[in-house]
Amino acid sequence: MARLTPDNTTLAHEIIARYPKPKSALIPLLHLAQEQDGYVTDEAMRHIAELVGVTPAEVRGTGTFYEMFQFEPVGRYLINICGTMSCALMGADDLMHAAEETLGVHAGGTTDDGMFTLHRAECQAACTEAPCLQVNYRYRFRATPDDVRTLIDDLRAGRLDGEIPPHGTLARTRQHIPADRGVGAVDPDDVAGPPAWVTVDADTSQGAS
Amino acid sequence: MSADTYAWAPGFVAGDRPRIVTSRFEYEDSYTLERYLATGGYEGLRAALGRNAADVHEQVRSSTLLGRGGAGFPAGIKWGLTPEGVFPRYLVVNGDESEPGTYKDRLLMERDPHQLIEGCLIACYAAGLSQCFLYIRGEMALAQERVGAALNEAYAAGYVGRNICGTEFSVDIVLHWGAGAYVVGEETALIESLEGNRGMPRLKPPFFPAAIGLYGQPTIVNNVETLANLPFIAANGAEAYTAIGTETSPGTRMVAVSGHVKRPGVYEIINGTTTFRDLLYGEEFCGGIRDDNELKAFVPGGGSAPWFLPDQLDLPFEGRQVGAAGSMLGSGAIMVMDSTTDIPAAALTLTRFYAHESCGKCVPCREGGTWLMRILERIVAGDGTTDDLDLLLEVGGSICPGDMPHAASAELGLEATPFPYKMTTICFVGPSAYVPVHSALTLFRSEFESRVTPVRPRVRIPVAAAGGGA
Repeated sequence: MARLTPDNTTLAHEIIARYPKPKSALIPLLHLAQEQDGYVTDEAMRHIAELVGVTPAEVRGTGTFYEMFQFEPVGRYLINICGTMSCALMGADDLMHAAEETLGVHAGGTTDDGMFTLHRAECQAACTEAPCLQVNYRYRFRATPDDVRTLIDDLRAGRLDGEIPPHGTLARTRQHIPADRGVGAVDPDDVAGPPAWVTVDADTSQGAS
Repeated sequence: MSADTYAWAPGFVAGDRPRIVTSRFEYEDSYTLERYLATGGYEGLRAALGRNAADVHEQVRSSTLLGRGGAGFPAGIKWGLTPEGVFPRYLVVNGDESEPGTYKDRLLMERDPHQLIEGCLIACYAAGLSQCFLYIRGEMALAQERVGAALNEAYAAGYVGRNICGTEFSVDIVLHWGAGAYVVGEETALIESLEGNRGMPRLKPPFFPAAIGLYGQPTIVNNVETLANLPFIAANGAEAYTAIGTETSPGTRMVAVSGHVKRPGVYEIINGTTTFRDLLYGEEFCGGIRDDNELKAFVPGGGSAPWFLPDQLDLPFEGRQVGAAGSMLGSGAIMVMDSTTDIPAAALTLTRFYAHESCGKCVPCREGGTWLMRILERIVAGDGTTDDLDLLLEVGGSICPGDMPHAASAELGLEATPFPYKMTTICFVGPSAYVPVHSALTLFRSEFESRVTPVRPRVRIPVAAAGGGA
């Protein structure tokens, strides 16, 4: 629960190398830290600052702008219930009520056993499948209050472990650029000419290509 | 449900219409390279690589492909706005879709990631862009997974990276995802976020990203759906594309219809000709209002769009006409409210969204959005006064001074005020907090008036007896 592990540090270097400027990797590395520990620890932020060459304050400054990053421990499962228009029109409030009753916490709270954190979320881009919710960013569409109760039971019993990883893990497939296939970051400090497939004449005549 | 919906693509409804970007959705394995190649995949790229870059650019320009992110600016013209001779140039793919009501890009990324990758490659080739960053919304875990896996397949097969398809064309596509901030969908905020900063929009004009963007270099920011159209155009030509739709709005468009309709869904529709009545009531689309209720109002173009009434049902889904009628098409999302809807409460769900998503850079949005939300909250809770209705308009006027666009209403004797509005903020988040308030208050004022109470007389609380109590 601290700095990035050696494996994650290796991965961090791989991610940083894709960008012309290391600071661009800041958000991906905050995600990596959150995947490792379930939330973003102070030690991880210091480590990220070293890795991308900024101050720890800059890491926190960027990180706190984005609401997916948690800086205090949250439940193993973060339940986000949408409350924006389409979901609200289709009964989102009933879902929230069922979740609050079942978990015994209000929106924003975490259960005493550390299993669940409940949030009211804004539009999750599933509006025709309203009302919807996400558990650790995995969807449940056209949910009913009964679905919410069943979902919480299933999560507590570990029946969804295969589908829903603990909080912090987003995509389980990562991009890997093979060394013999990648072009590498194109840094404006190193490259000033047009790419190989663009002839300068064509560029001048079109002003664009 | 009918046969044109698929269990693996919840929300999508196929229908008997030309499909450009959703043509593979009927296959359960549409996201794999194997299926993509078996259904004409990467043929647009091969066709493009057989011609010089300027010709491919010209082809996209003559297709009049309009940007699908909200503003509707022609993609071919946008690519041409980069300053001459300045390199490197970048492509940033805007997959940070978060506009309330909208989700076409998520489906395109989950269901056909290779189509998007091919579109990115064609754009990079045509516009001379040296590196591509594909920015997906943080909350879309499945889209990240599918695009990541597709990129890994495409690199291994030689479609992305060094010497693509054995040519001089070499470009990396870097998958990147956000962490929950609506404002990052604005292109300059997206660039800030990609540079590792707080996602706050940059002031523009004078400099647009095409001139000064990522790392200060010329940068093209294109929406996912826009890019997803490129493989079709490159493979079949601009004429095949403009043969669908109208002259000002060619091709197809993805539209999400949600709320109180019988069959909510994402539809790929013919651009420019399909009317709102077709979409809401047509049997091949939503099939009418739920329980055959009366339609009360609808939001025609995402949460930021001024509301329409049944009066506007016969307008086509076409930018100019919708603009003249007082709203916008935005991101292609319609939200439908039936007669059971509590209008002030519905407006609150949108205003709360934009107040929550303000980045805090511009004062009128940061303060005004929250004010609008709090006033609306107390009106909805029954604690508002008649003064609050004027206060809403006053606060809104500090974000959008002057005439606000709104729809015409025969019943109220209102003429339309055309889009757009004036604004005191850099981006559209602030005005978007006011739009639902203004629409609701203009078109349904009586619902607010019946909710508020007159200002109560001052309560007199004597602190001590006057004159010593003698």
